[in-house]
Amino acid sequence: MSDQKKSPLNVTRRTALKTLAAGAGGVAAAGLLPGLGGYSQLHSAEPIKIGFQVHRTGIGAAYGRWYDRTTQACVEKINAAGGINGRMIEIVAEDDGTDPKRGAEVVEKFASQHNCDVSFGTLFSHVVYGSAPRAGELKMPYFVVSEGHHVASGALNRYTLQPGITDVKSQVEAMAPFIAENLGKKVTMIFPDFAFGHDHRDYFSAAFEAKGGTILEKIAIPPTETSFTKYFPKIPRDTEVIYHVMVGPAVLTFVKEMGEFFGPSKPEIFGFIDSLEAVDIASPGLEFLEGTYFWEGNPRYVQEEQSEFDKAYREAVGVDENGASVSDAKDVSTYAHMFGCWETLHIIKRGMEAADYKGPDDRTKLIEAVEAMSDMPHSMEHPQGAKRFNGKTHQTFGHQYISKVTDGKLVLAHTTSIEDTLYEDEVDYTQQSF
Amino acid sequence: MKDQLLTGVFHLLIIALMAGLYFILPEYHSGVLARVMVLAVYAMGYNILFGYTGLLSLGHALFFATGMYGLGLAMQHLDVTPSIGILCGLGAAVVVSAVIGFLALRTTGVAFMIVTLMFAQAGYLIILWLGEYTRGDEGFVIQQSQRVLNGVDLSQPDNRYFAALILFAISLLLIGWVVRSGFGKTLVAIRENEERARMLGYNVHRHKWLAVIISGVLAGAAGAAYALLFGYVGATFATVQYSIFPLLYVLLGGAGTTIGPLIGTVFMYYLIDLSSQITSAYLLIAGVALILLTLFAPQGLAGELRKRVFRWLP
Repeated sequence: MSDQKKSPLNVTRRTALKTLAAGAGGVAAAGLLPGLGGYSQLHSAEPIKIGFQVHRTGIGAAYGRWYDRTTQACVEKINAAGGINGRMIEIVAEDDGTDPKRGAEVVEKFASQHNCDVSFGTLFSHVVYGSAPRAGELKMPYFVVSEGHHVASGALNRYTLQPGITDVKSQVEAMAPFIAENLGKKVTMIFPDFAFGHDHRDYFSAAFEAKGGTILEKIAIPPTETSFTKYFPKIPRDTEVIYHVMVGPAVLTFVKEMGEFFGPSKPEIFGFIDSLEAVDIASPGLEFLEGTYFWEGNPRYVQEEQSEFDKAYREAVGVDENGASVSDAKDVSTYAHMFGCWETLHIIKRGMEAADYKGPDDRTKLIEAVEAMSDMPHSMEHPQGAKRFNGKTHQTFGHQYISKVTDGKLVLAHTTSIEDTLYEDEVDYTQQSF
Repeated sequence: MKDQLLTGVFHLLIIALMAGLYFILPEYHSGVLARVMVLAVYAMGYNILFGYTGLLSLGHALFFATGMYGLGLAMQHLDVTPSIGILCGLGAAVVVSAVIGFLALRTTGVAFMIVTLMFAQAGYLIILWLGEYTRGDEGFVIQQSQRVLNGVDLSQPDNRYFAALILFAISLLLIGWVVRSGFGKTLVAIRENEERARMLGYNVHRHKWLAVIISGVLAGAAGAAYALLFGYVGATFATVQYSIFPLLYVLLGGAGTTIGPLIGTVFMYYLIDLSSQITSAYLLIAGVALILLTLFAPQGLAGELRKRVFRWLP
């Protein structure tokens, strides 16, 4: 921290040139030439610095808070077990404000000011898009925990990977068979009118129609909307299933108003938990959700057949059996997503160990080591479930969970196989040079 | 004449200083300065309208985004070279600022602020609406391999820095010339007393319209440069906060001074950057600093310098 407070703008040309001549090692120690600092930190006692791009403010703040807690808990666990290659992990957290411009600046800070070995943690897709080009240019491995399709679509670069959380395309496509076989064949979709919602619209409708279903209406809601009642009359009367997904500060209003619109006679309702992530499902006005279904990346409530891994993970992060903080029952977690931080950190650890990672010179070896990964068993490293990583597309695939609201809680109703989530490769990043 | 010479020398010294800083500053800070110079061009454009003409726009993000998307969409979908992309960005900025200026200048004062804000919001929503091409809020990446301008790889730190410097230098010299010209002095006359300028026979509406276009094109140039140098095009840059940023840069640095936008951008960048390391409530710190500065240096940093020390400061 102290080196950051000393403004380099005060450095004169003469002193800077003298300092340069005095040797990069000494300069790096003074914190004035962070770019060279990494090469002086090869000593095994030095910590491995992981830059954590966290949404502390902005639209992603609720996610950021829980991503932070999960990350801290995971690092504590890994360090207690000896760290990575005998080196402790040090998290360098920087708020990106859930803003792509600031996100790119934060990645630059990780690379050239904090001398981080890798960066990780980004959730919101636009921040990933804004930051990934800089990560690639700075040759900084960038492990995102975003669930966007951006990585697997080939839009980014070889330095950007998503090994700890599945992407929206695989999630959405895996829902289509369950809905078609169990809930109904005529679906009306309600989604936010921006890229995340369009991914749902496009991938789900294609997968659902392939299963013999029909999309009756696609209702896009502008992201600036705060009241939703005018959209519900657009729902066709013969709708058998409502498919909804919404994000942002107005999600609770959206779900409540949907309940008010339908009253006691509602069609089957299937939603993505994004619509209620970090929101207590027992909130007043949400009673109508009883009997409806939700996709969950990881079941929020403790299930009857809870795995030992989920139990230990939940305890480590400080989440109770209802998915809320153990210290505040009203502080509901983002349980469907935050496991991605835990799993990604373990993959970084395994990759560094496989690559015998010593410092920034070994970053490409680290990426190659991760690219070489494939099946990851359900374990303490992967408490959400088994994974299958595709090294070519830099994207992981895994089980998806469908829960039914029963007695005010989300009860697991169906678990997809990993095979249900697979799709054709759209890119081969291993063909790109470093 | 002496003032003009002094202005020219001063601007050349600033440009030389910015060039020299690249060789002195650590990597992180030279990277910051590259971004700051691009954003300073955006603020310079804003300054023409606000600082010199007295028109407060709350919709300049539209012009920034127009340049950004003009270049980005052309490169992404038409596969044009960066140089053609720059022309597309600038061309789009000329057209959009001319149209918006023509319409918005039918209003004055608070109404002008509201109308420009509304146009910018409409622009933002159009970007989302055309999500099939723009990828909406997510935006899209301009790949490293595409960002090679006449054989110069703009993703490399040195090339990026000096490309930003060239844009900054051209903008600074252009503005230095404009504000010293008869046209620039007329803008100041309009700012000080619009009715008097009209009574003296100046075509006030035409001058204000040209000011909007110059301002919009500079903002568009900054947007196009940002996309090309940093490889990302996204709707966030069309949101209202990106209309507020140049206003803050100019207010802090000094409205109606040529160097104020650069000073304000640097100040604002490091204020956020340093305070965010202390607390997550960094916007509170930034806000308090802004209030203090507004109270005790109402003319901005460069404005106060001009008032107290360097009266020749352009």
